[in-house]
Amino acid sequence: MYAFEYQRPASVKDAVALVGDETVFLAGGQTLIPTLKQRLRQASAVIDLGAIPELRGISATADAVTIGAMTRHAEVAASPDVHAAIPGLARLAGQIGDLQVRNSGTLGGSIANNDPAADYPAGLVALNAVVHTNTRTLPSEEFFTGMFETALAPGELVVKVVFPKPKRSAFAKFRNPASRYAIAGVFIADTADGMRVAVIGAGPGVFRVPAMEAALAKDFSARVLAGITIAADGLNEDMHATAAYRAHLVGVMAAKAVASLT
Amino acid sequence: MTKVSITVNGQAQTADLDPRTLLVEFLREHLRLTGTHVGCDTSQCGACTVHLDGRAVKACTLLAAQADGKSVTTIEGLARGDVLHPMQAAFREHHGLQCGFCTPGMVMTAVALVNGHEGPLSEHDIREGLDGNLCRCTGYQNIVRAIAAGAVGMKA
Repeated sequence: MYAFEYQRPASVKDAVALVGDETVFLAGGQTLIPTLKQRLRQASAVIDLGAIPELRGISATADAVTIGAMTRHAEVAASPDVHAAIPGLARLAGQIGDLQVRNSGTLGGSIANNDPAADYPAGLVALNAVVHTNTRTLPSEEFFTGMFETALAPGELVVKVVFPKPKRSAFAKFRNPASRYAIAGVFIADTADGMRVAVIGAGPGVFRVPAMEAALAKDFSARVLAGITIAADGLNEDMHATAAYRAHLVGVMAAKAVASLT
Repeated sequence: MTKVSITVNGQAQTADLDPRTLLVEFLREHLRLTGTHVGCDTSQCGACTVHLDGRAVKACTLLAAQADGKSVTTIEGLARGDVLHPMQAAFREHHGLQCGFCTPGMVMTAVALVNGHEGPLSEHDIREGLDGNLCRCTGYQNIVRAIAAGAVGMKA
């Protein structure tokens, strides 16, 4: 690691006040610390968000579940409120990385990083969640803008995410057996705003599949997905899977998610 | 420099550290608690697993400063004097190791897995729970057996 200053503010206000040209926020650190260790990133100061109570915790109302940015994946996976309201989201959180990663990694850190193979973006987009930062609120589709890119301005901080309660939801992913990152993952949510299907792992960023949404809105069964093909153009291709294989997996994972609800 | 106060295996430890110091470096190089191993140093192998306020975490992927004010348990903190922790005893009994390099991390993950799980652990639960720990010798069979036995021992 290159040298950096370490700061641990106690409030969002103090955290934002510490922001400078080369500062970086530290959430769970499961991506940032390896990146710093490899000297792929240099920071003048690391602003640790781990001691800010207002960023932590899960609360539920009749209509929505609100999760603080610094809430760890393991806490979301184990939360009775999340299980009761959005079991698909609890399942998603419980499949991220491994036990130790889930005990450190956070919702806010994951979405601010927006790794194309990260799981949370599918949950946010399918559930039509709203991201609250220290300055504004953003629908999740506007929050995620591209590979490792978000709408966050420099120094802007994710505070919490509000997930509207769906009628039903499910997540299925095909994991790289070693890294457990998704080769393709599909989150399906039957929401107040209609049927929503969001895909991670397959493309450079999270994307929706309107053809599947329309078909499932008419008939919520895995059968109706059989005739829908996903174009391989622009999908990710690497040593683990070709673009065509990822396109195929999107259909398989979507059917699996739907089948788990029917 | 950053001042940290961490309770390690029940003892208060205070140090003035370079902010870059990883928790595993603090444990091994400052406190000389070398039971916590560095295997891959890339967050994959889990040999560095310790408990942070009871949660299993990879000490190579955590700054020591992040543990300030918290409690850390390492493999050295499990036994009670000469009496092995039930999970350690089970690893010995069931030969849950060959070279032993991954063993401290395996045992720490196993203890956290049992503590965080209500009801009996199935073989599937154990294998899923060990996802973040790599062993290059055993093929895992005896590790899984040891953890199943250790879980029973811990509840006894």
